[in-house]
Parts: sequence; structure tokens; C-alpha cells
Amino acid sequence: MIAPFGEAEVISSAFAPPDANMLLGADQLGRDMFSRIIYGARNTVGLALLATMLAFLMGALGGLLAATKGGWFDQFMGRLADVIMSVPSLIFALLMLSIFGTNLTVIVVVVAVIYSPRVFRLTRAVAGNVVVMDYIEAAKLRGEGTWYLIRKEILPNSTAPLIAEFGLEFCFVFLLIAGLSFLGLGIQPPTADWGSMVRENATLISFGEITPLIPAAAIALLTVAVNFVVDWMLFRSSGLKEV
Amino acid sequence: MVPKKDVLLEIKDLRIEGYSDEKWIEIVHGIDLTLHKGEVLGLIGESGAGKSTIGLASMGFARDGCRISGGSIEFDGMELTTTPENDLRALRGSRIAYVAQSAAASFNPAHRIIDQHTEAPIQYRIQKRVEAQEDAMELYHRLRLPNPDEIGFRYPHQVSGGQLQRAMTAMAMACRPDLIIFDEPTTALDVTTQIEVLAAIRDIVDQFNTAAIYITHDLAVVAQMADTIKVLLKGEEVEEAPTAQMLDKPKEEYTKSLWAVRSFKRPQKQRPTGADAVPIVSVQGIDAAYGKTKVLDDVSFDIYPGMTVAVVGESGSGKSTTARCITGLLPPTKGKILFKGEELPARYQDRSKDQLRQAQMIYQMADTALNPKIRICDIIGRPAQFYSGLHGGALKTRVDELLDLIELDPAKFYSRYPPELSGGQKQRVGIARALAADPAFIICDEVTSALDQLVAEGILKLLDRLQQEFNLAYMFITHDLATVRSIADEVVVMQRGKVVEQGPKDEMFTPPHHPYTDLLLSSVPEMDPNWLTTLLEERGVDDIGEAADV
Repeated sequence: MIAPFGEAEVISSAFAPPDANMLLGADQLGRDMFSRIIYGARNTVGLALLATMLAFLMGALGGLLAATKGGWFDQFMGRLADVIMSVPSLIFALLMLSIFGTNLTVIVVVVAVIYSPRVFRLTRAVAGNVVVMDYIEAAKLRGEGTWYLIRKEILPNSTAPLIAEFGLEFCFVFLLIAGLSFLGLGIQPPTADWGSMVRENATLISFGEITPLIPAAAIALLTVAVNFVVDWMLFRSSGLKEV
Repeated sequence: MVPKKDVLLEIKDLRIEGYSDEKWIEIVHGIDLTLHKGEVLGLIGESGAGKSTIGLASMGFARDGCRISGGSIEFDGMELTTTPENDLRALRGSRIAYVAQSAAASFNPAHRIIDQHTEAPIQYRIQKRVEAQEDAMELYHRLRLPNPDEIGFRYPHQVSGGQLQRAMTAMAMACRPDLIIFDEPTTALDVTTQIEVLAAIRDIVDQFNTAAIYITHDLAVVAQMADTIKVLLKGEEVEEAPTAQMLDKPKEEYTKSLWAVRSFKRPQKQRPTGADAVPIVSVQGIDAAYGKTKVLDDVSFDIYPGMTVAVVGESGSGKSTTARCITGLLPPTKGKILFKGEELPARYQDRSKDQLRQAQMIYQMADTALNPKIRICDIIGRPAQFYSGLHGGALKTRVDELLDLIELDPAKFYSRYPPELSGGQKQRVGIARALAADPAFIICDEVTSALDQLVAEGILKLLDRLQQEFNLAYMFITHDLATVRSIADEVVVMQRGKVVEQGPKDEMFTPPHHPYTDLLLSSVPEMDPNWLTTLLEERGVDDIGEAADV
């Protein structure tokens, strides 16, 4: 294991300063901050990844179907997306979590539902540009089914922007989950999670200690890092070259 | 031959480099060019010959990703390669003007035509707004635009393509430049519209004694316009000569091959007769509409096995719409389509797999007709797999066989992607995809109009060979009558959604014609420098504008 101590292991007094044993000091219960950051990464990042993938599955599938089928189905999906997007995300999440309780499955599903309309809109727009091409007409006239059209003809031509969007979306999902944890409705203690770690140690900020800033910094660092990767992927996928 | 006058533009050993794959590659290899005041020089060559690049370079301009790497461009005593960008900008628009291929794309749709016209004269403080507007109307008069006093106050989308191209020429004239560069100004226009634009350009260039560089790939057009013709190939000069001499006896092999392209002709076939002769496709009295707008009105024609029926007409005449009705993409509102004597369901969704297989389509733009992310073997293999259930080794054999048919080496092309192919090769793959279904009938929608003449001829020969081999019936949609002459057996002339005349080709090309057929036929430029002059005299000069609005 990378982490030197257990996730919920109390090893020293509360708020102990950093030393050779505890690289980042201890939290409000005397647990090792460094170990909890590492465990938190697994929970928060893993959860965010899961939620983003689910959001993409729903959004992209909906977008592709809407672009291919068109007509009333397209209209219906578009309005559905509008309805979800019109509700402020945090309020929607809080509402759902208070109704269904705060277990991990509910968090993942709720966050995925919140972010899927954005994926839906992007996919529909990208696929919309592809479905008007002559090669799609040729495939339709050949008698190919909708599923073949989506999988073989449209998807290969829409992946580049979708991959880039995946990175961006991941950041937003991650921030929302961290925000929910900070409010106490996300991942429940004693499970380590960056958002709740900020909250648990928040009182310390008034004493001029940096402990609550550490998980906050981790959140910021991850967000910026993912954005850099996304920028690089966008650059690669757009085929732009410096002249 | 233009008498020796003052030299206006002198280009010596011009070299231009383009940036690709992270390297600078020379694309224009030392071109010399001399243009006198009032002279018109025609630049011709296929795509990639460097025509447009040289045209732009005569304004001291290199496109993004290009740079002028050597040689000199001297315009009226001024060396453009060393002139600072600011001075060059003052020169462009006022003394050198540029007319682009697509006027529709070059006008800003958010401003009125006259405001765009007067921008340059006002900017350069040559005229005040009111004067500039009056001058614009004067130019519109001279270019014989309809309602010259009023047309400038419309937005670009409110006037037709030919009128827009003339308005653009007027705009180029706004500052009375010494030199105008015409970059394929009529390529995107129908033959009937092309005439008026050509006449207008020639007129106005004459009136103001403006020098011009006329860039085109159409020899017959350049023959009407230019005093001198320069033939280019891959950034190098092939030959240059005065127009008449160039047309009479070209020296170089390449020029001769360009001249000879239009000579491809195959014997005309007769309709089969007898009781068992059933047309493969019979269109019977179909009407069609987009929304509430009726676009087809009682269209009927038959196509027999092994024959080519050319459907001709201007854009908007309903040629492609007819094809969409036959394929079932746009169900007709009235009438029916018979296939081998049996009625086809109107919507393609209701047709059987076998009905879909028998009628295939080849598209105009091979770029958008082939999925760029699918390998050639899969593009061609899919119909074979889909209809005949071939897979594994049998499928590969079939794909190789098809690649051989379209004269592409299977070893080289089997696993490549469409973007790696040239325009002609892509079109061949499009043909192979249609053949893979083993059809009886193929719709060819303007298959050669996006290609260079030499490449187009190769495609036509290929289609002809395949027709003989497999007894295919073609419905050949085109606006190019030269193509019709070379491969059609029967011709259907369409105008505004109606069939105005139809019959065997030789009948169609001999008078008497329907007036519209006559207009179409006489509008095709011929390889005779006096053709335009003669034609205009025959029609009466005032008729040009009307001809276009037919």
C-alpha cells in the first residue's frame, strides 16, 4: 500500500503538526492527513469517474439516437434535457439525496443525471453534422439499421470532441461530488474524501493552520491537471498545427 | 495579339512554398509572367497546378501556410515582395482587385451589397459615400444587372448567383483598378448564367482598359476571355502563347491532352424493342414537394437495361430531386416508380433488401460520400457482406476483385482511409461501393463535376466499361453537356421541375429543339475564340440578362 496508515486509524493527537512520521500532520481526530488524502483520491476520483462515465453513457446514447432518428424523438429528448438543465444542479442533487438517502449508488446516479444533458447536447450537435453526410445517406439506402449507423458510421466521426468533453465533464462532476461531501450529503465519514476533509478541518483555518487547505489544494491541483490533459487532447484531435 | 504597351506586371522566377507535414515544400517552381496594360492573361491547369496561388501572389499576397520564397513581382515599377504590408494593403482593392470563385461565400451576408461595394472607395478617400453609391449604380448599369438603381440595396442572399458574381465584378471595378484577378468566377455557375457573367466581365474590362488575370480550368471559357494563355502543371509553366495560336496548334503533349479530353465518345445504343423489353426503371408522372413548395411536376421517363439516360438542366431544375424520389428518400406526392415492371414502395424504409440492392447511387462529392474513418476494404466490403452474406476469405477476394475493376491496386489501397486518396481515386471507390451490391441500375449524380477534366474522362471511360461488362443502366445527372455528348444514349431535359424534352441523344442534339434545350445547348462554350461574340450577336446583346433569368 502507498498510504503509510489506515484510512480511519487514529495515530496521534488531534491537529498534530507535520513531522517525519506524518508528512502533512493530523486532522481533527488525530488521523494521518497524508494517508487520508490518498484514500480520498481513490474514493472521490473513482466516484467521479464512475458518475462521468454513466453521464456519458446516457447523454451520448441519447444524443446519437436523437440525431439519427430526428422528428418527435429528437424534440422529446431535447426538451427533457432542457428540463434537467433548468434546475440548479446543487439544489437538484440535495433534493434527490434527501429523498433517496445518501448511499454511493444514489450519488453516482444523481450526479450522472445532472450532467448527462450537457453530453447529450454536444453529442447531438456533433452527430447532427455527421448525419447529413452523403455516406450516411448511402448507408441508409443500403438498408442499414439505426444501431449500425450509430456504431459504425457516426460514432467514429464524433469521438474526438467527446473525448475532450469527457475530461472537462470529469472536472465538473468531481467538483460537484466534493461540494456535496463538503455539505455533508456526499460520502459519509469515516470514509476519507477530499470534500468532507475540507469541512471537517474547516475550523482550523481561523487558527492560521494550513491543514484544511491541503485537501482543497488537492482538488484544485487535480482540476487544473485534468484541464491540461484535455487541452492537449483537444489540440491533438482538432488536427490544428502551428504554422 | 495585343500590341506592345507599357508593362504593368512583371513576375520573374516566382517561387512559392507551402507548409505541410512540418516542412516547407516548393509548390510554384519559378514562374515568369508579363502583363501589359489592358491585356487579359488566361491561366489554366488542373487543381494543384498553382493557378490561384500565382494569382494571389500578383497582389503580393500569400495564403496562410504559404510564403513567397524567391523571385520578384514588379507591379507598375513597384517591387511587391519587399513592399511593407501596409503599403500593400493600400494597393489591394484600389489598384489591384480580386474576384473570387464563389461570390455567395465572398459577400458578407449581413451587409447590403452596395455598402460592401462602397467600402473600398470610401476607405481610400477616392469618393464620398453619395458619389460612390452613384458610381456603383453606374457600374451596375454597365454590367446590365436588372434594376441597377435598386439591386445594390438588397442583401446578398436576395439576388441570384450570376447577378452576385456580376455585382462582385462591379465591386472590383469600384476604384478603377489597373489589374483585376478573376479566380474561376464562373465555375460554380450554370452554363446559361455563365454566359452573361463572361460577357459582362469582358465588356467592362474592355471599357476601362483594365488588365486582368483570368484563372480557370475550362479551356473553352478562357478562349473567350484571354489574349494570351499560359498553361500550368504542378507549379511549372508548360507553355504560353496567344490564344488563337494556342488553340490551333498547341506544342506540348500535356496541352494537347487537355484539348483532347472532350473527344471521348462512345456509340449510341438503341432502346430494345419487342414485347419482353421492360424498362428497368420507369418513372410515371411523379410530383414531389419540399414542405409546401412543389419541386417536381408530372415527371415521366423510362430507363432500359444497359442504357445511359442523361438528365440535364440548370441547378434547381429538379434533377437531383428526381433521383431522391427514385431512391425513396423523398416519397413522391403523386405518380409511381416501376422497377422491372413492379411498383416500388414510395419510402426506402418500406423497400425490400433486394430492391435496395438493385438500385445504387454514386455521389457528386466523393469527400462526403465516403466515411473518412472507415478503411477502403470495409467501405467496399460492407455492401457485399450486407447483401450477399460474404465474410472472411470470400469477402476479401470480392473486395480485391472490385478494386481491380476500378483500376486501383488492391495491395496498395486495401487498408487505406479515404482522406489518403486523391479526388479521382475517391470517386472510383464510390463506384466500387455501388458495384459491390451487384446492382442493375446506378444513379450517377454529377459524378464528374468536381473533378479535373483528365480525371473526369478516366471516370467516364471506367463507367462505360463497367456498363458493357455488367449491362448496367445509368441515370446520369449532369449540367455539363459535353459529358452528355460523350456517354448518353437518351437525354431528358428538365426545367423548373418539369421535363421539357426527351429522346435519343442524336435527336436531341439536332434541331429543332425546345427553346430551353436550344438555350442550354447554345450556352455551352466552344473552343473557338469568337464563339461568345458570335453568340451574343445572334441573341442580341440586350438578351444576356434575360437569358440568365429564364
